[in-house]
Amino acid sequence: MLSARHPMPFDGPLPRIDIAADFWSLRFVHEQSCSYTVRKDVPLPFSVSDEAGVMATVYADGGYGYAATADTSPDGLRAALARASDWARRTAGHALLDARTLPRPAPHGRYASPSLSSPMPSHREWFELLVQESRDAAIDPRIVDWEALCEVCTATHRLVTSTGGDVVQQYRFLLPSITVTAHANGDTQQRSLNGQRGICQQGGVEVLARFGFAGGARRVAEEALELLSAPNCPSGRMDVLLAPDQMVLQIHESIGHPLELDRILGDERNFAGTSFVTADMIGSYRYGSDLLNVTFDPTRPEELASYAFDDDGAPAEKTHLIRNGILERALGGSISQARAGLAGVANARANNWNRPPIDRMANLNLEPGTESMATLVGSIERGVLMETNRSWSIDDSRNKFQFGCERGRLIENGALGSVVRNPNYRGISASFWRSLARVGDADTMQVLGTPYCGKGEPSQVIRVGHATPACVFADVDVFGGAA
Amino acid sequence: MGAPAPLAVADPASAPAMEGYFHDLAAALDRALRAGERYAASFAAESTDFVRMNRGKVRQPGHVAQRYLDVRLVRGARHATHSLCLTGDLAHDSAAVGGALDGLRTVIPDLADDPHLVLPDTVASSRSARGGPLPHSAEIVEAILSAAAGDDLVGILAAGPVQRGFANSEGQRNWHEATTFNLQWSLYHRGDKAVKSTYAGFAWDSSAFARKMADARAQLALVSLPARTLSPGTYRAYLAPNAMDEIAGLLAWGGFSGRALETRQSSLTRMQSGATLDRRVFLDESPASGVAPSFQAEGFARPPTVPLVAGGMLAGALVSPRTAREFDLVANGANSSEMPDSLAMRGGALPAADALAALDTGLAIGNLWYLNYSDQPACRMTGMTRFATFWVEHGRVVAPVEPLRFDDTLYRMLGENLAELTRETELVLDAGTYGARTLSSTTLPGALLRAMSFTL
Repeated sequence: MLSARHPMPFDGPLPRIDIAADFWSLRFVHEQSCSYTVRKDVPLPFSVSDEAGVMATVYADGGYGYAATADTSPDGLRAALARASDWARRTAGHALLDARTLPRPAPHGRYASPSLSSPMPSHREWFELLVQESRDAAIDPRIVDWEALCEVCTATHRLVTSTGGDVVQQYRFLLPSITVTAHANGDTQQRSLNGQRGICQQGGVEVLARFGFAGGARRVAEEALELLSAPNCPSGRMDVLLAPDQMVLQIHESIGHPLELDRILGDERNFAGTSFVTADMIGSYRYGSDLLNVTFDPTRPEELASYAFDDDGAPAEKTHLIRNGILERALGGSISQARAGLAGVANARANNWNRPPIDRMANLNLEPGTESMATLVGSIERGVLMETNRSWSIDDSRNKFQFGCERGRLIENGALGSVVRNPNYRGISASFWRSLARVGDADTMQVLGTPYCGKGEPSQVIRVGHATPACVFADVDVFGGAA
Repeated sequence: MGAPAPLAVADPASAPAMEGYFHDLAAALDRALRAGERYAASFAAESTDFVRMNRGKVRQPGHVAQRYLDVRLVRGARHATHSLCLTGDLAHDSAAVGGALDGLRTVIPDLADDPHLVLPDTVASSRSARGGPLPHSAEIVEAILSAAAGDDLVGILAAGPVQRGFANSEGQRNWHEATTFNLQWSLYHRGDKAVKSTYAGFAWDSSAFARKMADARAQLALVSLPARTLSPGTYRAYLAPNAMDEIAGLLAWGGFSGRALETRQSSLTRMQSGATLDRRVFLDESPASGVAPSFQAEGFARPPTVPLVAGGMLAGALVSPRTAREFDLVANGANSSEMPDSLAMRGGALPAADALAALDTGLAIGNLWYLNYSDQPACRMTGMTRFATFWVEHGRVVAPVEPLRFDDTLYRMLGENLAELTRETELVLDAGTYGARTLSSTTLPGALLRAMSFTL
């Protein structure tokens, strides 16, 4: 889809750029996504989607401006830079930030997803795999809907700066999913393979094997049926054991978002919200129990948001945000760091060529502890194991939350018991993590994430990774479905 | 703000230029088609100034120009789609579209026949264009920041033309264009205590904006009162139209979908077996009352109104052509998502000006936030109060309240506990900008509830 007049210059020199500015950058993005879906044994129409464009950013006269265009011709690039420059100059007198004080990076490097060049199934082979899974799900008349899908996305991003910086990063993302819906006697229960798009990693077909995708549909269907006849989750205060595919949501909403430095600085207050965390808490605040260790880790190869540089050109490295329960730093990119006078991480990210970078989570992981799954279960006298997030709601300070899961299992006297449906729990971020009682070992971990983290004005949905073990929380407010 | 010379480049996103470009692109598709092939193409473009503000200053100003074309190639009962990002250079884009068709030609032999394929069987072309021109966005921003002088204002201005088009090999052409602005802003007192306001439309009116800002300032004075912390429990409540918009937004995710209802995944499934809302609840999908196109992405015309709930009972669903074929239903212009984009609720008898008096003592909720289901089949939902939410006694605001979590079923809130709906309804233009500016809206009244359940 590219031509000589509108190249996507991922290698080699750019056309001559002659613009009066303190700093400029061009961030090129080309992504191609193929979507394969089989629903109720019928392949849905195949679709392929291309994104190709460039974001121009300019610092001029103390102002900041951007312009995004799909016109990547030399004239298109110059026009975008001129437009960005125009915005920078027009708003310099009202600018929140003095762009003269912002970093002017000159990054150099490359990044590639694991097994980037490994062969992938053909279109026909993808549909054959998905049709097989779909057929395996239809095991009972009470199964009323079922779907198996996979989205495969390849991407190349290049960042070029007026300071001589030049970074090329190449990715391949796989997002497989299986969802089965069962209905009987006025109730509907849905079960999925690690959640709605919870499986999302960089790499090749090894991602499917890692999660037991082949053969997964029957297992998911059996669990959906099991939920139909299960009792409602009991209500009351009790311990909960959260499986990794619920932990990802708990980490995401009540650690990740509150630690975003742009929220703390107020940028998101009109939309995504503010944070109960304030700048003066960084360095001393007890976020959780001694067992809580949270890292920003863009170095785990298969995790969804691994990269070498963020979209402002900052080099990415593994960094502790919370160590032994104490908050050490927030999730802020280089611009937010300069604004706040605080240390941060390389997390200025944009979801596409047509949105500017803002502070995002990237990979936010909870480091493993030492306890096996058997020990975690054995430690609970009365509680519930909750698996797979299905509902999430939290206030705009990211404090009061209520989350629901697809499946629960009672735990009594240290042993797993019967399955329960509609398990929910609620709490307050500021105190919930202090009730973290046990952290599973590396064998309990899963590397999951979401492609649907939303925030920003204009809004952006971005890919986020979370690797986490199973964890036990003490004395949690648990409840079931509607009476 | 300084006033450098305007850019000396013609804006290729201007209305006539973009419409002509779209028709030329469709003609290129016609030329590229081979015997036995059909195509359907959906076009979406915008040229938007986004100016983000914080602390009464400009945080991130910029411009986004984007054009997308989804081209579906059909051969017999097989079909596949390629979504392209276009440059605006017709020669280049025509070649790209031709390349996309070539790519799809190589894919289609590997696909199975689609038993649920439906294409328009009549040619129904249409054209609508509304709004514009707007003042330069920098001038609007200057007015906003000037009006907010001294206030902690945070928000965003999005302004410019949004275009949608459809073309197919049968010669159908549809064009819809709206040049709008949408300003969303909050005035903050401290912490999470703020008033959120919206000013959106087709023509910027300085005096209308000034009135909106004055209203926001008046509310800010109330938000600045000492806040009250309420215990979990049940309270009488008034939900303003913006709070109702959040409930409508949650229901929109599959609640009215024909496919979701047929497969019992809709949150309104129990209405299929007799559960009801209050008899005064009427909900329609009403494109005629919104700003969305009169055609959907596959080229089917959308009727002016689709009844969804009437007299508190389920009256219909949003049925896409594909769902209609699968479940033997009648399609009614829904997109493949089967989500409403012009949901309208009928007003009631309560004058909006009397809402607080009718509330008497209870919660006046200006905004809700982050809704989701606690128990979807029971249509039990949870969410938070946000922004201007007040404790009211004897019809007067006494204090703002700390954020509260509600957890209740729709059947209670708009059923047995619905006291009254306001006579006036409010058009809320969706400010959504995920990927693109939306053309969705809701038209909703406020709702007075005898009781609403709060849990945290």
